[in-house]
Amino acid sequence: MISFGPTEEQDMVREAMRDFAEQAVRPIARDCDEASEIPADFLQSVWDLGLTSTQIPESYGGGGEERSAVTNAMVLEELAVGDATLAAAATAPSGFANAILDHGSEEQKKALLPLFCTEKFHAASLAIIEPGPIFDASRPRTVAEPKDDAFVLSGAKTLVPLGDQASHFLVTARNGEALDAFVVPRDAAGLTISEPELNLGLKGLTTVGLELERVELPHDARLGGDAGSDVGRILDASRIALSALMLGVSRAVLEYCVPYAKDRVAFDEPIAKKQAIAFRLSDMHIEQQAMRLMVWKAASHLEKGQEILRAAHLTRSYCAEKSLWVTDNGIQTLGGHGFIREHPVEMWFRNARTLGVLEGVTAV
Amino acid sequence: MIDFTLSERDRAQLERTRAAALICRKYARYHDENEGDFPPDELPEAAEFYANQTPLPDASDDDTAPPVMMALQSIGQFWGDYSVRLKRTGGGGLGNAALSAAGTPEQQEKWQHLVLSMAITEPGCGSDPSRVSTTAVLDGDEWVLNGEKIFVTTGIRAEGVVLWATIDKSAGRAGIKSFLVEKGTPGFEVPHKEKKLGIRADDTACYVFKDCRIPRENLLGLDETIPKKSSGGFRGVMKTFNMTRPMTAAMGLGLAKAALDFTRDELEKAGVELEYGSALGAQSAVAERFMRLEALYEASELTTLQCTWMAGQGLPNNMESSVCKAHAGSAVRAITQGCVELLGPMGISREHLLEKWMRDCRITDIYEGTGEIQRLIIARGLFDYTRADLK
Repeated sequence: MISFGPTEEQDMVREAMRDFAEQAVRPIARDCDEASEIPADFLQSVWDLGLTSTQIPESYGGGGEERSAVTNAMVLEELAVGDATLAAAATAPSGFANAILDHGSEEQKKALLPLFCTEKFHAASLAIIEPGPIFDASRPRTVAEPKDDAFVLSGAKTLVPLGDQASHFLVTARNGEALDAFVVPRDAAGLTISEPELNLGLKGLTTVGLELERVELPHDARLGGDAGSDVGRILDASRIALSALMLGVSRAVLEYCVPYAKDRVAFDEPIAKKQAIAFRLSDMHIEQQAMRLMVWKAASHLEKGQEILRAAHLTRSYCAEKSLWVTDNGIQTLGGHGFIREHPVEMWFRNARTLGVLEGVTAV
Repeated sequence: MIDFTLSERDRAQLERTRAAALICRKYARYHDENEGDFPPDELPEAAEFYANQTPLPDASDDDTAPPVMMALQSIGQFWGDYSVRLKRTGGGGLGNAALSAAGTPEQQEKWQHLVLSMAITEPGCGSDPSRVSTTAVLDGDEWVLNGEKIFVTTGIRAEGVVLWATIDKSAGRAGIKSFLVEKGTPGFEVPHKEKKLGIRADDTACYVFKDCRIPRENLLGLDETIPKKSSGGFRGVMKTFNMTRPMTAAMGLGLAKAALDFTRDELEKAGVELEYGSALGAQSAVAERFMRLEALYEASELTTLQCTWMAGQGLPNNMESSVCKAHAGSAVRAITQGCVELLGPMGISREHLLEKWMRDCRITDIYEGTGEIQRLIIARGLFDYTRADLK
């Protein structure tokens, strides 16, 4: 049955997250951007909401609540209205944990999921992206060679979120013809973790590069064990999450521009009364609504176990294009003020541009 | 619960729509090239088609709500052709949507089996319907109608019309009401059919009303009062758009989908691979461009379905109806024009239907309120502005 009606619980979650974003996220967003750092107590405060742990089954130490990709997408949207950088950082552990939960072997779940069920914020990260142009997540250059009862990983990753503190990385690699993912502990021999990278946007989110020089991993480090895993689905879940973040940034711009346009007077009237501005803001509204429905649809397919490759791809591509358009035009709506760091719009523009090229990071 | 799964019955219904659409498509080119020759009310294939139909699965709680199915079926139908129908049944005109949105139960009962057109535009007023100058004057138990209407969609074939007229010019927008008028009523004339860029087989007509008398109970919704606050009553009239706008969006989307499906097939035949999930660098420019058009379609269809879903739930959907209409208006232009470019010579050849779909769907961003009007409405909603605040 086609339905666009959120459940009562989803409405409650959205409202709670909206309040949290307004009170706890937005106020520190600019400082985090300027300092290229997120305070540890912020990550802990989101952790305390239980976004990661409550969705892990009780048998692994979690809250055992039902996991809904649609609800998670709503959470990401609301948090990202506050700030996408903080939203991405705070939920990055879910990217790793959900991949283990959905695709890990029983041993992997038993070993790794309890890490996310303690009271203290725990970081582990997806390591998908590779340096250099023309990177394709479905064809990584990092390779895994089977060797006796082990795998040897060679290659390089970049833009690995929370790489400064992650205990484990889920590294994608080519294993012959197959696309596989491997659990690589931080202290693995042959793994070099770079200093924090310097990026255009999401500046508060620490990302690192990984150098894998013949990193030897036990046989059971392969996600899903002998059966392997559907890495494409992990990528798709992350693309839906990134889309939700891009949607949130777009909504932040719209919600900032509306009162600004009503307030700002030019030629004796608010600029909102001029069609050139009014139509632009209408288009922002149209696009953020379209983005949201695409995110909902892809997330709904994901949570029902249906095919999502095409939906996730189209959603990501649409949200990347439109969030960039919205944020770019947010700057134009504010004119010179859009260019000044006193207003957040230039930051949102940088964040949208950055989100649009990422893979991995978090998941719904 | 947010869900996008079609039930067995939904799917069977849409398959039926598609099968009929495929038959209609065979006649599409002929009726485009022969503008004066209307498609027949029933195609030769109709009898056999209906005789061989397998029954639909039983209705269940998993079925999609009727207004959403209406939009999906409309997409499926227009995917075949804009104008040709296997068999024309009652309803189906824009006026029918207005009737179902604003008519009393008695009016719906009496009029729903007729094809109803909707007459708003006049030679002197288009996007600003508050300038409507056709008049309705109460004389005893009858309304007397006088005025001229143009661009009336399905105006020739329609059996009746939902007509916009003012009952008090001095009241401005508040004085505008909708009236149900049956063809053949003395004083209701149809002088000619318009010649157009696209949707040529569709009969877009001009109507003239000269002392045309109709019963008092033909006032749609039966509310004869003129609200004091100037926008109140007019809003009642505008409410009829909240179902017609998503339906016109759906019609355009059907054509855009046809263009995408045709283009996808031709690209695949030519060896272009569409690799979803692959990065920009791994795609050909043609594949990448095509997938962007697909994304645009998906986004547009969702805004339309959401709007109809809200209508079905009885939720106010004024903003959403403008959002989906504006989105589809732009999207179907970009999609069909983009497909023509992607297929090049094949795109412009009249051997294929693609160039026709591009012409046909150009109307989507114009009728039932231009894209500009939709954006005005959306902006007023965003800013909490009145019509006077933002013109």
